[in-house]
Amino acid sequence: MDLTRLLILIVAAVLATLLLRVRPGWRNWVLLVMSVVVLFWLQPGTPIRNLSFWFPLASLVLAGAVWAWTSNDRPPPPDDQPPQTVFASLGRAAARNGATIKTLAVVGGVVLVLGLSRYIELPAAILAARPPDVLVVLLALIALLALALLASRLTPNASQLTLLIVAFVVLFVTLKLDLSAWAISMGLRVLNGQAVAQASALDLRWLGFSYITFRLIHVLREKQNGKLPSMSLQEFMIYVIFFPALSAGPIDRSDRFLKDLRAPFVVNSEVAYDVGRRVMLGIFKKYALADTLALIALNEINAAQIRSNAAGWAWVIVYAYALRIYFDFSGYTDIATGLGRLFGIKLPENFNAPYLKPNLTQFWNSWHMSLSQWFRAYWFNPLTRALRKLPSPVVGGEAGGWSQSQIIFVGQVSTMLLIALWHGITPNFVAWGVWHALGLFVHNRWADYAKSHDLARFARIGNLLGPILTFHYVALGWVWFALPSLGLSLQTFVRMVGR
Amino acid sequence: MMGRILLKTLGLFVAFNLLFVLTAPINRLGRVSLYNIVFPGRPRLPWGENPASYNLSLNNLDAMFAAHEIAAGPKPADEFRVVLIGDSSTWGFLLRPQETLAGQLNAMHLKAKDGRAVRVYNLGYPDFSLSKDRLILERTMRYQPDLVVWAVTLRSFPHSTQAHPLVLAQLSGTPADSFFWAQRRNLADLVRLQLYGVMWSATGIDQVYPEPYERWQNDLEADSSFQTLKPPTLHAEELAFGELETAKHMVGHTPLLIVNEPMAIATGKNSDIRYNFFYPRWAYDQYRILLAQFTKDNGLRYLDLWNAISSQEFTNSAVHLTPSGSRSLAELLCAELIR
Repeated sequence: MDLTRLLILIVAAVLATLLLRVRPGWRNWVLLVMSVVVLFWLQPGTPIRNLSFWFPLASLVLAGAVWAWTSNDRPPPPDDQPPQTVFASLGRAAARNGATIKTLAVVGGVVLVLGLSRYIELPAAILAARPPDVLVVLLALIALLALALLASRLTPNASQLTLLIVAFVVLFVTLKLDLSAWAISMGLRVLNGQAVAQASALDLRWLGFSYITFRLIHVLREKQNGKLPSMSLQEFMIYVIFFPALSAGPIDRSDRFLKDLRAPFVVNSEVAYDVGRRVMLGIFKKYALADTLALIALNEINAAQIRSNAAGWAWVIVYAYALRIYFDFSGYTDIATGLGRLFGIKLPENFNAPYLKPNLTQFWNSWHMSLSQWFRAYWFNPLTRALRKLPSPVVGGEAGGWSQSQIIFVGQVSTMLLIALWHGITPNFVAWGVWHALGLFVHNRWADYAKSHDLARFARIGNLLGPILTFHYVALGWVWFALPSLGLSLQTFVRMVGR
Repeated sequence: MMGRILLKTLGLFVAFNLLFVLTAPINRLGRVSLYNIVFPGRPRLPWGENPASYNLSLNNLDAMFAAHEIAAGPKPADEFRVVLIGDSSTWGFLLRPQETLAGQLNAMHLKAKDGRAVRVYNLGYPDFSLSKDRLILERTMRYQPDLVVWAVTLRSFPHSTQAHPLVLAQLSGTPADSFFWAQRRNLADLVRLQLYGVMWSATGIDQVYPEPYERWQNDLEADSSFQTLKPPTLHAEELAFGELETAKHMVGHTPLLIVNEPMAIATGKNSDIRYNFFYPRWAYDQYRILLAQFTKDNGLRYLDLWNAISSQEFTNSAVHLTPSGSRSLAELLCAELIR
């Protein structure tokens, strides 16, 4: 997001808050409308006609569908009283449906108004590309509403919910995998009558899809576990597409988010100061530090240009990347957290001084925390629990036969690989995932060994050297992450040793 | 509380801006440079519009010179210092530092008559403007050159081309231009220049080399115009000879060699009207006469190399040389340097 757009967003958020001071009851509607508008507004343009309009609409549809599938058999919202009579029960049901219809009408209305911008000449475009014909938008909305009604009649059981999760993962992989994304681009171009020769995986840039998917999978898993709180469609939509956390997270839990959303809306000078401080800090980190460091940070072009006699400078370039990615991402998180706070939502922290941590395990407990917590909750913990119950991988082994080391190894490698593949399905991301998985495994085994061999006397040295070693291990890992090919990464390592 | 915070912020902002106006630190800050200390000095002045070149154009002469290798330290006693002034062809557009005229001359390891080693510094700077060249020359004289070579071409002479951004930046603007807020871009440029020092040190790259590039135009329009000047006569008053005169006084006893730089001569369509994209024949022929006369009248050393290099040896414009063209020019010039 460029600074101008961010400033517009901040001004809009501040104006909305001023309005909410007068009308605090409007908070959810204001958040819903703003989130829908921002979802369309921030969606980057794509060469495929109208796709930059259909992508955000698809995000809304996915969110609505998951709500419909997960909300049917839930208890009534907490403010509801137990039904006294059949008529009262029906009345309440109508009221609930009324709220849903109202939400659908508001979301549909906003989409329709954005679609109408096709016919208005504005000094600056609201959307990245001209929206489709408003009649097409209207027909799409009616069709989607009909589908939503059908979907709401389905009540998926646990295994069907698993299928839905798998479907989301498949969709995610399809979009991330170059070959399948390219094939989809080809198909869409054929449908649109556009040149297929220019088809590219980059055509499918779907703003916020990653984070929306994480939230939706979280909802489906919580539903399976019976822990999903009851949410209205309005609350659910706000949770999934909450505009401050749309493009770069953090990934909040639905129960925690809902608690804040239902708490009374308060904006006082303390909150305003906190918001101002956090947003300013984020702007400084992202636009002053990260963007400046970007001039000298490792990238595909400069990695190929580093001279063989410039080892020291190669290290500087890698350090610059390490700092840049931290300031960029944590800056965005600061801005998101600040803006969330403005509306009474305390988004979870994503970073906690990760480069100062004494070991890799603590680094991953303080880097992109909401992502690692998500993977811990929905992959690492269930997997390690399951592995403990399995027979030994050795032929003829008995149940519970997996050693702690084997469980940790499989758990960490698979988790880090998934985290890596989430960034992109390329050999370099795989290498980055393996790099961190091995680092985590070695640290885990070392920590166990140190505990059992009374090596506490080395703790001081560890505390001193730990952060330096950890930072360098992470920084070297970025060489895999930042570059597009294994060859170029290896060449960069070679340059770093002066060859 | 909010009001107090806003008031304090505003107060600090105003105070900082006033302090900035009073101290006018921008030029002093320009002299603070990591080049020649942490990073190797640049062999040509910083210039560039593309971040991929790890270079940028800025208007702070102090910072530009501080980044140049000429500012590395005091002039060695055994060095015969030659400085080259001129436009993009001297700076070396599409040429690597060692391929520029200065690079080629240095590769010849020339010795001056008194036995000192000839060291040539590239102080050319893109775009055509004698005023810009004179401005750079003025600053160059601080570095005690033993010979100044100024490569010129007709495009640098019309009065209308003198307003180069570097020249305009030296003029004092309105008081509001001195505020921090107005100078923020210039300050950011200083930071960027230092940061690019990392990439310059790591890669040795200071410009983007597009491959392939569009070659200079051999077929021309049937157009006899040159800038705003009207054919058929080119008058001396229409050209900024005053800049050469000023330069002559500026260099004092230091020899000044004026070189009419080589250019490509078209042979294609309408080449009977124009020599190339830049020049109609009527204007260029008269310019050569006027320049020769001016240098003679003012006792300046002059070398007219307008057609000395084969037209095959030019790249994307009629004045930008290939590496071998640059080498040929160096061979033509070397005798003049040590004369």
